[in-house]
Amino acid sequence: MSTPTDAAPAQPGVRKSGEDLLTIEDIHVYYGNIAAVKGVSISVKPGEIVTLIGSNGAGKSTTLRTVSGLLRPRTGKITFQGESLVGVPGHKVVSKGICQSPEGRRIFPKMSVEENLELGAFLRNDKAGIAADKERVLDLFPRLKERIAQKAGTMSGGEQQMLAVGRALMGSPKLLLLDEPSMGLAPVLVDLIFDTIRTIRDQGTTVLVVEQNALAALRIGDYAYVLESGHLKQEGIAREMLKDDSIVKAYLGG
Amino acid sequence: MSLRQNQVLPAAARKERFMTTSAIAASEVKPHRRPQEVAANSLGLLLLAAVGVWLIYELIAHPQQFASLLVIGVGNGALYALIALGYTMVYGIIELINFSHGDLFMLATVLSGIVAASWFSVDSFTFAAVGAVALALLIAIVVAATVNVAAERVAYRRLRRAPKLAPLITAVGLSFMYQWVGQRNFMSGSAPKQWSTMFGNGSFSIGSVRVPYTTLVVLAVTIPLLLVMVYLVQRTRAGKAMRAVAQDQDAARLMGIDVDRTIAFVFAVGGGLAGAAGLLYLQSVGTSNYNLGFRLGLIAFTAAVLGGIGNLQGAVLGGFLIGVLLSLNDGFLLGPHWSMTVVFTVLITLMVFKPEGILGTATTEKV
Repeated sequence: MSTPTDAAPAQPGVRKSGEDLLTIEDIHVYYGNIAAVKGVSISVKPGEIVTLIGSNGAGKSTTLRTVSGLLRPRTGKITFQGESLVGVPGHKVVSKGICQSPEGRRIFPKMSVEENLELGAFLRNDKAGIAADKERVLDLFPRLKERIAQKAGTMSGGEQQMLAVGRALMGSPKLLLLDEPSMGLAPVLVDLIFDTIRTIRDQGTTVLVVEQNALAALRIGDYAYVLESGHLKQEGIAREMLKDDSIVKAYLGG
Repeated sequence: MSLRQNQVLPAAARKERFMTTSAIAASEVKPHRRPQEVAANSLGLLLLAAVGVWLIYELIAHPQQFASLLVIGVGNGALYALIALGYTMVYGIIELINFSHGDLFMLATVLSGIVAASWFSVDSFTFAAVGAVALALLIAIVVAATVNVAAERVAYRRLRRAPKLAPLITAVGLSFMYQWVGQRNFMSGSAPKQWSTMFGNGSFSIGSVRVPYTTLVVLAVTIPLLLVMVYLVQRTRAGKAMRAVAQDQDAARLMGIDVDRTIAFVFAVGGGLAGAAGLLYLQSVGTSNYNLGFRLGLIAFTAAVLGGIGNLQGAVLGGFLIGVLLSLNDGFLLGPHWSMTVVFTVLITLMVFKPEGILGTATTEKV
């Protein structure tokens, strides 16, 4: 199992105070008649990395897709900066400042790396700001700079993941949603991605990350939620969960 | 590669298939290259060589007639290209073969006739006639675009997540509805209808090769339209959105692209091109018929497949190739009665030897 190389200084055992950036209250989400999320409540405070862990089918990705407006909750509330997101279509959610790097990367395979990044900034008009963000993304992932003109579909899985995260950053989000950023990556790349997520947070972007790789996610997270078959099972300070026996047994292979 | 990867990937793939229909479309596996294909390829090349030899023989034996047929073929080919673009764009973005597209073109021919011939009595090349025809062109483009967008909004949008057969059958149904409208007496009626046109059969000669004026008009309208299309798709924001939606609708949504509006825009552009083709056809031929769309639609569809369905440049190339081929067939080979046979022969031969078309790609890029 892989770990980020340099651990952050230990957090105090209390959560940040202040207003929520994103609040999810008791949402229920269905695919047809099948309930995937059955009453999940999550809050994300500005400047945090919040991690959402749980096994396959726990409803983690569904929760993120619902926040992004790709799915609509049957009941429950989603509030971002005091505004309701329920019923807001996916493309409008982006304009409010929420960008997602989806599960399975979903980059545009027939376009170049550069075109993919430019699509991440589709709704923006500030040329200078876009150029600066492109610079920033290429600094975060120097590998993308080498591949800038290459067709995205011909890159390796790790490079595609970097592109997916970079593309989401190009929207200059207030809240970055990352769905399984370590999926299918070699351990050394997992470290790199998680180090970068911390850097992104330190540069001022709030992050909500969904992960199956619970150990890596808890190490970089500030606050964590554990989902199990659509329900919220536990929540708490991420680093303290690493010491929790039940969590270690269930998700960390202890 | 880590062990972890082996555990995670199949499970995640299963989940994704369950979650989104676009993932299902993406995971459809194209056939692998079999050893028999090598044999098929050489057979296909042999066929192509035979056509080449026939062309060279005719060129040497009857150079003047060959040139005349080429001119006619290019003129018709431009029309096929305009219609083929509508097929290929819609297929490119939502993988629907819009079988009503040919009939939309037919409605545009009749409409342009009503505007130019009935309202403004255009029958000669005068200053006023040019204005009237330009107005008819504009009306044909706008109406055809509007009808196509309405069809998308009312019919196809609801079926976007339905099995693929449902929108296909809907397209056939719309095709019948358009034909019914075209058959009304205020439109084309049940029998072929004659309309007066700006140039009639007028032509001029280069050497001893006859060039109809209408061929020039067709090219003068088509070429700028094609250039605008290329610019639109490759350089503009709307074009970027189109290409993104064509590759992955949910990912496009996550970029902030309004997928519904982008798809509607594609239907508008495709319909507009069919509208322009309608006017140009009527001004070239002077006859409309309610079932014209079936024939022209199939020719244009074949042109789109020939070039590689979903590929814009391919549709244009296919249109011109089919135009020239049909024209040469009419003059040299089997005659106009066999046109459709030639078209279907091309279509079937393509399906057997090169289903991805000339410019299409058969590779799977999605992982």
